[in-house]
Amino acid sequence: MIKVNGHDAEWREGMTVRDLMRDHAFKSPRIIVKVNGTWVRQSDWDTHHVQDGDDVRVLHMIAGG
Amino acid sequence: MAEMTVRVNERLVTLNAGTRLREIAARVKPDADLVIYNGHPVDDDRLLADGDTVVLIRRGEQPDPEELEAAMVARHTPGVHARLRRACVGIAGCGGLGSTVALSLARVGVGRLILADFDVVEPSNLNRQQYFVDQIGQYKVEALCATLARANPFVQVESHRLTLTPENIPAVFAPADVIVEAFDRAEMKVMIIETVMSQMPGRPLVVGSGMAGYGRNNAIQTVQEGNLYICGDGVSEARPGRGLMAPRVGIAANHQANQVLEILLGEDLR
Repeated sequence: MIKVNGHDAEWREGMTVRDLMRDHAFKSPRIIVKVNGTWVRQSDWDTHHVQDGDDVRVLHMIAGG
Repeated sequence: MAEMTVRVNERLVTLNAGTRLREIAARVKPDADLVIYNGHPVDDDRLLADGDTVVLIRRGEQPDPEELEAAMVARHTPGVHARLRRACVGIAGCGGLGSTVALSLARVGVGRLILADFDVVEPSNLNRQQYFVDQIGQYKVEALCATLARANPFVQVESHRLTLTPENIPAVFAPADVIVEAFDRAEMKVMIIETVMSQMPGRPLVVGSGMAGYGRNNAIQTVQEGNLYICGDGVSEARPGRGLMAPRVGIAANHQANQVLEILLGEDLR
């Protein structure tokens, strides 16, 4: 089990940040991700593995300025 | 004879006790047609007291640069201004957010601003951005530079007419104490956040996210994630039927500018 934005979420062996984003249908070009307080860039999503018990923060950036 | 100190046109002068207002006005600026005594316009004569402030103005006349700077500095809280004058703020994008942040920070006397934008002023910008009809067609960084100089000529403005990328952001904003994200596209917002967090770790970055439409004043807030500050309502995307408008973009932009001040000054001078 992991936390995603404070809520419990399912975890599975070998899960990457990319998998997690896909599972939760987060729209990838517009979000930033922090795992246990450390930013994980989009270019690292395929290689960064989520560990059981991780605390993941997902923030959507909204267009307009 | 006893002496007193009076501030006349923002300069301290030592006078003999018993000096009268009209006497000093005639000596310092005989052609003044407006006399402001301790913040109020007055027509009569009166005895001056230690600590009084006198401003002598000739209507329609521009003050010389030294006098202007002294007058503008006097408007700022002394400790605050000294710190802001030494500060440098980078502004990434000069649209609705960036132009408004820049103008607010110039007005309060932030000493150095670094502007970056590739775009030119178009008529569709005028509904929310700090540009004017006579600036249509000009590069935004150049038009904004000119406007900032009209508001506060003592700010050092450095402009970069370019598209910001992960490759050039660290160099362009290297001197900045704080960086302000002021892009339109969400992908660009993500790009600068990732760039600053990975290549300029620890540098405060203040972004805008969610400010389209109107109303819902209090939905706009500032949240902090380490050295990242996010200003906006977090949901209101610009889309057909819900455009970006001056008031709400201005609220978000001034959340950003106000957050920059808190980062630069700390919390103790609030």
